[in-house]
Amino acid sequence: MPAVHTLRTKTFVLIALMVLFGSSGDVLLGKGMKEVGKLTAWTLPALFHFLLPALLNPTVWLGISCLLLFFLAYMIVLSWADFSYVLPASAAGYAVVPLLGHLFLGEAVSPLRWTGVAFICVGVVLVGNTPPSTTTLAPAPAPARSASHAPAATGS
Amino acid sequence: MRNTILVFLVTVAGTLGEMSVGRAMKDIGEVTRFTPRAIFRVVLQSMARPFMWLGLLLMAVAFFSLLLLLSWENVSFAVPVTALSYVIAAVGAKFLLREEVSGLRWLGVGMVVVGVSLVWAG
Repeated sequence: MPAVHTLRTKTFVLIALMVLFGSSGDVLLGKGMKEVGKLTAWTLPALFHFLLPALLNPTVWLGISCLLLFFLAYMIVLSWADFSYVLPASAAGYAVVPLLGHLFLGEAVSPLRWTGVAFICVGVVLVGNTPPSTTTLAPAPAPARSASHAPAATGS
Repeated sequence: MRNTILVFLVTVAGTLGEMSVGRAMKDIGEVTRFTPRAIFRVVLQSMARPFMWLGLLLMAVAFFSLLLLLSWENVSFAVPVTALSYVIAAVGAKFLLREEVSGLRWLGVGMVVVGVSLVWAG
């Protein structure tokens, strides 16, 4: 079954990219927004004084770039893999962030959090053991596929 | 009441949005080439799909609802919201996208829900 094998491999690689870019995006954006400060009120001037430094902050932009790459990987993996496979599997990010925070930033992680990390890891492994794609016989792909692939093939 | 509506928007609109994006990508078909050119073409193709725009719109609604919710509620409010999203996603995938959500997958989703809640709460 080489087809299933490569499907699983590329699914894993893309979910790993999602987790990598998603977590670093979240962390960078969080760090950048902390530098910017809090939104003081829901008024236009307050919003302006909040958004302007946010949009001039390089860490914020780095975070946004990571999140765009995250979304690109998400889109690509969803072109073949089940939504109910990708979403829980990408929750690995919630386990990776405290892990990285502990290892590299020396952040204290509470026992409750460690328990959560363990639950997520087991859950991700369980979902990962199910077939990544179960909808190959879905009605949509067949006609849409040949139609959208024909011009692409002649164009390249 | 206000919170109930917002939680509903964050979870249901967010999940429906992601499912729409998934549907648009399924219609485009499996991506098999990963050169920057091929990926750029996939992005262009996705932007020609109404489901893609519907998805982005719903995800934007969910995102701003979450911001609004968290602007007057404690961050811990995000716990049930996030956890609920995973359950709604699995139900939606089964009934709307017709994916096969096996017992093993349900068990995995359940563990993830518990785990994410604990990480948030911890």
